[in-house]
Order: sequence, then structure tokens, then C-alpha cells
Amino acid sequence: MKIDIKNENGTAIAKLSGEIDHHNAKELRAELDRFIVTAQPQELAIDFGGITFMDSSGIGLIMGRSKLLKECGGRLEVINPQPYIKRVMKLSGIDRVVKIR
Amino acid sequence: MEILNEIRFRMPSLSVNESAARAVVSSFLIQADPTVEELSDIRTAVSEAVTNAVVHGYRHTKGDIELIVRLLTERVVYIRVRDKGCGIADVEQAMEPLFTTAPEEERSGLGFSVMQSFMDKLSVRSAPGKGTTVTMRKRLSAHGE
Repeated sequence: MKIDIKNENGTAIAKLSGEIDHHNAKELRAELDRFIVTAQPQELAIDFGGITFMDSSGIGLIMGRSKLLKECGGRLEVINPQPYIKRVMKLSGIDRVVKIR
Repeated sequence: MEILNEIRFRMPSLSVNESAARAVVSSFLIQADPTVEELSDIRTAVSEAVTNAVVHGYRHTKGDIELIVRLLTERVVYIRVRDKGCGIADVEQAMEPLFTTAPEEERSGLGFSVMQSFMDKLSVRSAPGKGTTVTMRKRLSAHGE
């Protein structure tokens, strides 16, 4: 599991790689929250391009970060999920709350 | 339906074993040559079932989780995930989409919904104090035959 965050003028991209399950979601959650609270980006895109597996733990992760960002006045976006990861996202209806592209 | 091959895997309820369970399923199913999508569906369903056992079944204790994967005739994959944890009082309610008893851990309440839609058949047997047994089936496409 790897996370690489770049932040330029309030627009940030967090590039994730590896697998998202209940075991490693905790670590990702802590790291993303630390960044959101300290940097307060207006926009944060989580790049799922390098994610090879995700179960419903990833849904909780996205929902939680979306909520926190909203509280901090920002907006979350999900980019580049693989088709089979997009299926888990669609099933949850998360695409009605968070933009996925 | 006849059993062509079977693997049994027993693991303690440590969250790190969620990925171990997925790896076991993937390597066992290579012989059936599933499509990328089929394998991904099965891996995701197994991950949900094992996570439920870790997070809910053994919420206040630790114990063993048993995973059985069978390859049946007609390219049917059978999966059974069993724990001897606290069990579920109301299975119907637990299976409702978005129902969760662990919102503080950001559990989305979608585990059973994922299993249901990614597999062909799902059955859950559980009772308080008696643990939970989840069985799932999925028929693989004729691909590779």
C-alpha cells in the first residue's frame, strides 16, 4: 500500500497504489485525514489508477473522506478506477455523492 | 454436483489474513482459468466474508476462520467461510444494504450486498453464540474450455 500526495494551489491529488481492504484502509484513512486537516485543499482527487483490489472497505474510506472534506470546505473526486473497482463503487451508489471519472 | 477439487484454509481472525484468504482463492482457482472479472468478483466476495468474520464475528474475541474453496462440476465454484464467533441475531437485517453495527469504523454495511451481486448464490447461517457460516456459489463462463 502506497500513498503519494501532491498539492498545488489548493488542488491536490492523492495517488494510491496497492490493495484496499479493511486491514489497510485504517492506515490510508489516517494519512488522508492528516493531509485534509492540515492542508485544507479546495479539491482533492484520489487517484485509484494504481489500486489493484478494493472491497467495500474502500467505500467507507471514500465516504468518510468526502464528509471530512466537505466539513473543511473542500470537495472530493475519484479518478482512474479500474473497471472492476468501478463496479464496487457503482454498487454502493457512491457515484451519486462523489464524482468518479 | 460432484467435487472435483477442494482446498481448506484455516486462519486466526487477524485482519492481515483478509489478503491471505484472497491469495489462497486466487491461486487455487488458476486451474479453472476464470476470466479476470470472475476472479475479481470471487476475490471481492471472499474478502467481504472474511472481513465480516474478523470485524463482527470475533469483534470482542479472537478465533479461527475456516475457508473452503471447491471446484465442482459444470465449472461451479463453491466457497464457504465459517467462524465460531458471536453470531448474528437477525440475519435478514444484517443483509440489508447499508446496515452496519460498526459505523465508527467506517464499515459501509455493503458486505453482503457485494457478496450477493458478485456471486450467483449466497446463503448465511448464523445464531447468537453459534458463529456464522457463509456459503456462496458462482458458475464460471465456458471461457478456456
